Amino acid sequence: MSEFAVELRDVVKIFPTPEGGEITAVNHINMQIKHGEFFSMLGPSGCGKTTTLRMIAGFEWPTSGEVRIDGHVIGRTPPYLRPVNTVFQSYALFQHMTVFQNVAFGLEMERIRKDEIKRRVGEVLEMVKLGGMEHRKPQQLSGGQQQRVALARALVKRPKVLLLDEPLGALDLKLRKEMQLELKTLQEQVGITFIYVTHDQEEALIMSDRIAVMNRGKALQIGTPVEIYERPTSQFVADFIGETNFLYGTVRFVEADKASVYVPVLDSEVIGLATAGLTVGQKAVISIRPEKIRISDKPILTKNCFSARVTLIAYIGSDTRVSVDINGQRINIWEQNKISSLDTNIYYRENQEVWITLFPENTLVLPEE
Amino acid sequence: MREKKPSLWLRLVSLLIYAYIYIPIIILIVFSFNTQKLNVRWEGFTLHWYEVLFNDANIGLATRNTLLIAITSTIAATIIGTMAALALQRYRFPGYTLIESALYIPVIIPEVVMGISLLAFFAFIQFSLGLLTITLSHISFNIPFVVLVVRARLHGFDKSIEEAAKDLGANEIITFWRVTLPTILPGVLSGALLAFTLSLDDYVITYFTAGPGSTTLPLRVFSMVRFTVTPEVNALSTIWIFTVFIMMLINQLLTRSNT
Amino acid sequence: MSIINSVQKLSLGKVLRENPTAQGLLLISPTTIYLLIFTIIPMILVAILSLMIRGMYGNVVYQINLANYVRLIDPLYVRILLYSLGVGLTTTVLTILIGYPLAYFIAHTPIRERSLYLFLILVPFWTNFIIRIYAWIMILRSEGFLNQLLMNIGLIEAPLNILYTPTAVLIGMVYEFLPFMVLPLYTSLEKIESAQLEAAADLGAPPWKAFLRVTLPLSLPGMIAGTILVFIPAMGMFVVPDLMGGAKTILIGNVIRNQFLVSRDWPFGAAASILLLIMTLIFTLYYTRKAGFSEELLI
Repeated sequence: MSEFAVELRDVVKIFPTPEGGEITAVNHINMQIKHGEFFSMLGPSGCGKTTTLRMIAGFEWPTSGEVRIDGHVIGRTPPYLRPVNTVFQSYALFQHMTVFQNVAFGLEMERIRKDEIKRRVGEVLEMVKLGGMEHRKPQQLSGGQQQRVALARALVKRPKVLLLDEPLGALDLKLRKEMQLELKTLQEQVGITFIYVTHDQEEALIMSDRIAVMNRGKALQIGTPVEIYERPTSQFVADFIGETNFLYGTVRFVEADKASVYVPVLDSEVIGLATAGLTVGQKAVISIRPEKIRISDKPILTKNCFSARVTLIAYIGSDTRVSVDINGQRINIWEQNKISSLDTNIYYRENQEVWITLFPENTLVLPEE
Repeated sequence: MREKKPSLWLRLVSLLIYAYIYIPIIILIVFSFNTQKLNVRWEGFTLHWYEVLFNDANIGLATRNTLLIAITSTIAATIIGTMAALALQRYRFPGYTLIESALYIPVIIPEVVMGISLLAFFAFIQFSLGLLTITLSHISFNIPFVVLVVRARLHGFDKSIEEAAKDLGANEIITFWRVTLPTILPGVLSGALLAFTLSLDDYVITYFTAGPGSTTLPLRVFSMVRFTVTPEVNALSTIWIFTVFIMMLINQLLTRSNT
Repeated sequence: MSIINSVQKLSLGKVLRENPTAQGLLLISPTTIYLLIFTIIPMILVAILSLMIRGMYGNVVYQINLANYVRLIDPLYVRILLYSLGVGLTTTVLTILIGYPLAYFIAHTPIRERSLYLFLILVPFWTNFIIRIYAWIMILRSEGFLNQLLMNIGLIEAPLNILYTPTAVLIGMVYEFLPFMVLPLYTSLEKIESAQLEAAADLGAPPWKAFLRVTLPLSLPGMIAGTILVFIPAMGMFVVPDLMGGAKTILIGNVIRNQFLVSRDWPFGAAASILLLIMTLIFTLYYTRKAGFSEELLI
């Protein structure tokens, strides 16, 4: 057994456009997905995540680079000879077959004995809680049930890797949240490597062991959910995952893991954690998440502490969202509501002068894009 | 809003139009059971004309020819046309627009022009006219109709079910037989049914491409009704109408069970 | 992975699997070949034939000239051509007048009843068209159903001569082609959302204005498709005039048929065909330019 379940080495995929041009859907991607891992590819639509998945499944071939499954270069092996299975976004259930026939299809292709097929289909349907639905047609099932059939149909093949292309995309929010946890539990139970494509960052954060954040055909950052959220290495990742405030400036000095950026709008330097490769004089951007900014009546630190005016207060239940203004620069801050009160202005009121503190350990310095 | 009934006058007008469509057909059917040979007025009930019809050797031969041509041309046109529909719906290749427009030629050119062009063609290559030439001609006007019908049904076809089949271990051939074909089958059957009916119905092109001994039912009926009216034709028409009716009913049930 | 390697060696399968263009070409090739042999080449042949002349014994003399086309300018043929045009247009207008209310009616009945009404339109459409003409011959001939009825109720004393007149031809044509108009009209009327009519009403349009300004323009693609489906075959029709028009009604279709099978002047028949073809092509192009029609052409 190789170290990685799936490995992408310098994979490029170029599609011709109908107008005769070319589109680079996947641009030199490298990824290593470990056995038993729940790995997500996250990005906006058109970022290349589905194309990457389809290259692992065998529906597309890389223009250059190689895809390895369990250490073997998979080349142009057709999908039906690959030890991976897919759960499609549209479920792609065979409408002319029953639930049982749908799930049994893949096993029939392996020429497995009838009684064995029956046993395994029964097992997997129990596992996805569809016992007793064997003889229904897909049209007679709800969206959530169809989704489970699609899952069962792929899982019954016991693939080395299960590929999931936005499988929850068509479900409503509540069902979606339920299925997220169920999928995660299921994955731990069967121990199969899952590669999951989604554009929903919350979904990716909840379910994944590791996430690859993708944009414009590139994998910008690969890491655990915590790494991705707390230590984004690029402006795009910081912006795409969660919410953040950006302050633009120029790097003044870099020392070990710290960097200082001169921010014109504050007319001051801000110190934060430096991403690798920053150089003095470079255009940079300060990223700080709204829940990590401290508001106070008086300055707390001598540096990274600025006077601001409250412009907007929005109560949203668990948090109060405060917007402050510094020389026309807006900064959003989320304050947790730790006191039960009917006064929404218990903390601050509009036009109040406050101090905000950007703790250096919470502040990231990223190269500007 | 859609459930709102059409106004009374509109329903009345429509009723009249339906009457206009059906009265000739009803008269036709009723008079097939008439004892009077000249078919001028109703005299009494008989099945005599059906007996005459079934004993008419010319009609028998024409029926045999018609069915032979219709079945052969339907099968050929359905296979060729379904392939073309798949090609046009799924692929892009050199000459795409050219073929797509060329497919409309048999649909939009007057039948008489198509008829004489085929006649001229068979004469030019010195191919003697007969069942074969009729069948070849029928295939050529049926292909475009099959393509149109099957393509329309392919519009909503979710390509990912084929990918799913391959993903689950089916190769291209198994995928086609077990997933693609069953899914598009209602469309293919409608296309085949249309082709069959068009072939059964065709007079003009058959007329130009028929040779001695290859008379079909429409040709036979034409020569029978050219100068005279005979209840035998009424009997034949009645059988024909009921056959069509039953075929269409089956088609309706087929499409309904699939939606 | 040995299976994988052996499969990759099957080169023909590999080429086909990996090259979508080759797959597409393979699937389309029977149609291409068939169309070429049995549609395109015969057409070209007719075009060439129209430039030849008829020999002494009905044979074709290979001598390129425009004599046949010059012959078509003869007032006799111009009159036939104009008459065919007139019959085609009248048939089209009549089918629109009769077909529109019917299509509108079907489109506005509750969905469950609609398939029945459509079915009722389709049954005669799928029945052999010579049988349909025959039904009208039975009705219209001098001792036929209509005359019997009119005489019995005392409206007329002597039978009317309707059969074997231009009127009979029109009656037959309209009956023949009505479904070709109703079905595309229905297709486009059915697509109009009631919300659009509600919006028109909301903006102050009374029903008749809403019809003129919303329904009618939106049903235009159906009407154009129907017109193509009716006008073109009506123009080239020779069977209805043959059976119902007697010797008096001669359309361009009859001319072509006669040149090929009676007078055996194939080059002249070919020229007349080309003329008819050009006329229908101009007509179709003109109309399809105005609106796409492919969807409504599907019956």
